[in-house]
Amino acid sequence: MIMKNSLLFTALCLLGYACGGPGSSATKSITVKGSDTVLPVAQKTAESFMAANPGVSITVVGGGSGTGLTALMDGNTDIAMSSRDLKADEKLKLQDKQIEFEIKTLAVDALAVIVHPSNPVQRLTREQLEGIFTGSITNWKDLGGEDAPIVVYSRENSSGTYEFFKEHVMDKKNYASSVLNMPATGAIVQSISQTTGAIGYIGFAYMTPEVKPLEVSYDQGQTFVGPSMESAKDKSYPISRPLYYLYDVKNAEKVAAYMDYVLSAEGQQIVEQVGYIPLSK
Amino acid sequence: MKRLVERSAEGLIKACGFASALTVLLIVFFLFKEGISFLNSSPVEDHHALFVHSGNPVTQLEEGQIKDLFDKKINHWKQLTDYGHPVVLLTANDLERLFTPEQLGNNLEYLSACVAHYIDTVPGTLAYFSERQLSLSPAIRIVPVPNISLWKFLSGRQWFPTAQPAAMMGTLPLILGTLLVSLLAILIALPLGLAAAIYLAEIADPRMRNILKPVIELLSGIPSVVYGFFGLVVIVPFIQNLFGLPVGETALAGSLLLAIMALPTIITVSEDAIRTCPIAVKEASLALGASHWQTIFRVILPYASSGITAAAILGIGRAVGETMAVLMVTGNAALMPTSLTQPVRTIPATIAAELGEASFGGLHFKALFALGCLLFLITLATNLLVERTTSKSRKS
Repeated sequence: MIMKNSLLFTALCLLGYACGGPGSSATKSITVKGSDTVLPVAQKTAESFMAANPGVSITVVGGGSGTGLTALMDGNTDIAMSSRDLKADEKLKLQDKQIEFEIKTLAVDALAVIVHPSNPVQRLTREQLEGIFTGSITNWKDLGGEDAPIVVYSRENSSGTYEFFKEHVMDKKNYASSVLNMPATGAIVQSISQTTGAIGYIGFAYMTPEVKPLEVSYDQGQTFVGPSMESAKDKSYPISRPLYYLYDVKNAEKVAAYMDYVLSAEGQQIVEQVGYIPLSK
Repeated sequence: MKRLVERSAEGLIKACGFASALTVLLIVFFLFKEGISFLNSSPVEDHHALFVHSGNPVTQLEEGQIKDLFDKKINHWKQLTDYGHPVVLLTANDLERLFTPEQLGNNLEYLSACVAHYIDTVPGTLAYFSERQLSLSPAIRIVPVPNISLWKFLSGRQWFPTAQPAAMMGTLPLILGTLLVSLLAILIALPLGLAAAIYLAEIADPRMRNILKPVIELLSGIPSVVYGFFGLVVIVPFIQNLFGLPVGETALAGSLLLAIMALPTIITVSEDAIRTCPIAVKEASLALGASHWQTIFRVILPYASSGITAAAILGIGRAVGETMAVLMVTGNAALMPTSLTQPVRTIPATIAAELGEASFGGLHFKALFALGCLLFLITLATNLLVERTTSKSRKS
């Protein structure tokens, strides 16, 4: 009986899928797809843009930078959100397909290096961070802390944040195999808040009082700067990255109004509300 | 008329059966088509290659050596071959630092000449460039990188699918991690589930049963993300404090969580199996003077053994394929598992975490499909194994 039911169910699902294709709508609709880091900005700006322009409907979908860029190449989305630049193989694919992308920076994200609040360590140099994440420094006592093993948390290897941190903090060296990969930034915050020896990195927008940000030095320990809106704006905080919107050049007219809105003073105010650093004019 | 209705109903059911069988076959075909094309491809990105000075005697570079070279763990060519020069790395990111824009040209048309000249003057250079950007000259040559073989895929111990220039696709830690977590989960869940099923079917009074059964069935309706969150907030700190570990995201946490998730399936299916035991058989056993316990262990359980096996298979299936919950509590470090209190990375968690960001149709994407094939083969093997043992025990 169960078997027959499940067969029937499968058949119904197939039938439903076959009939319920994507519907077309009369209003002008724009799809924005990609990076989960950019997602909150896209959602907020889309909401207020739609409120001001009733004729336009904007659909915002997450899924990751790679998903968005693939969808853009296949023409399944109008705008791709990305927290990283195009990869070499993606650029080659664009060349082959003869598509040209326009790439626009819409905000800047600062990455905070965080530890458990009870950790006495306040500041680290880039070289020390490199040592921690590549696995050559494994105990807090080498960094002026207590005699306890360091538990390193990172994002998944497919995430734009992972690549950015590798390129700009770890001198392009690979992460140690023992690094714990978490599926989401929220999970990193949760884990670090309950693990005393933990260290990790998160987008500045995700900062909470349950974790402690470290001051970072990029000049061998002469000046240390902590992550804050001010230090990111005046570019004294070294670990920050641009967030992108990409669209097909042929599609420029369709998305122009929304793109202008995101880059306008009003749009940039939303960027700041969400917790990212607006573009300085 | 009635006959016609019956016949068409029969036809419809038949069509449904064929449709679902066909769907399964199509999925398997698609999975293996994508997965197998991954083998025998180069770990270096398409149209990219590693270039060295033509005087460099190195014959080929393995992925592991390339990773060590670019991680600056190998600093001198002497560590690899008979060549007395220190390693100097050169990639597209170094161009601005080494050459002026005038030297490179507006559209990088002089790039080839610049790089060739650089390699010629610095004999220890290891350059990583697109073959389209860099044309060969007598001073430089390409170092071949061996393709990914099935053996390397299965026995490699390092999983760095996005490493540049050469990806490392060793799945051994992932396979072992998956097996460890699921086997331990089923070892915890099966005795517990069986005990609960016996209690529900034979011992509990109907009122108790009417309360417990819906509650247990409710457990299977909880989404796995919710389980995962529960695991991260409750089980992970619990294990960390219990064993005094530096980190709570461990194989043990994953197994415990999976055991909890597999329990409702195991309890419901095996309880149903136990209840199918005919009352006449039970009464015969009791009439012969066997106690209630003896009846349960000598008569009812053997009678229900095939149903209990089915419960175990379903439980294992759930454990091996479970994604989200495991992703959140096992820490996902691709290490060779040596103890239960250490983070592990499982195959489903790897696929779920990486597929969204992998570029479509690329090497990483295909490697994840190959992982899917592996997972499919693992579940198929466990199912066949269990099926085999039960058919044997039923005969004897």
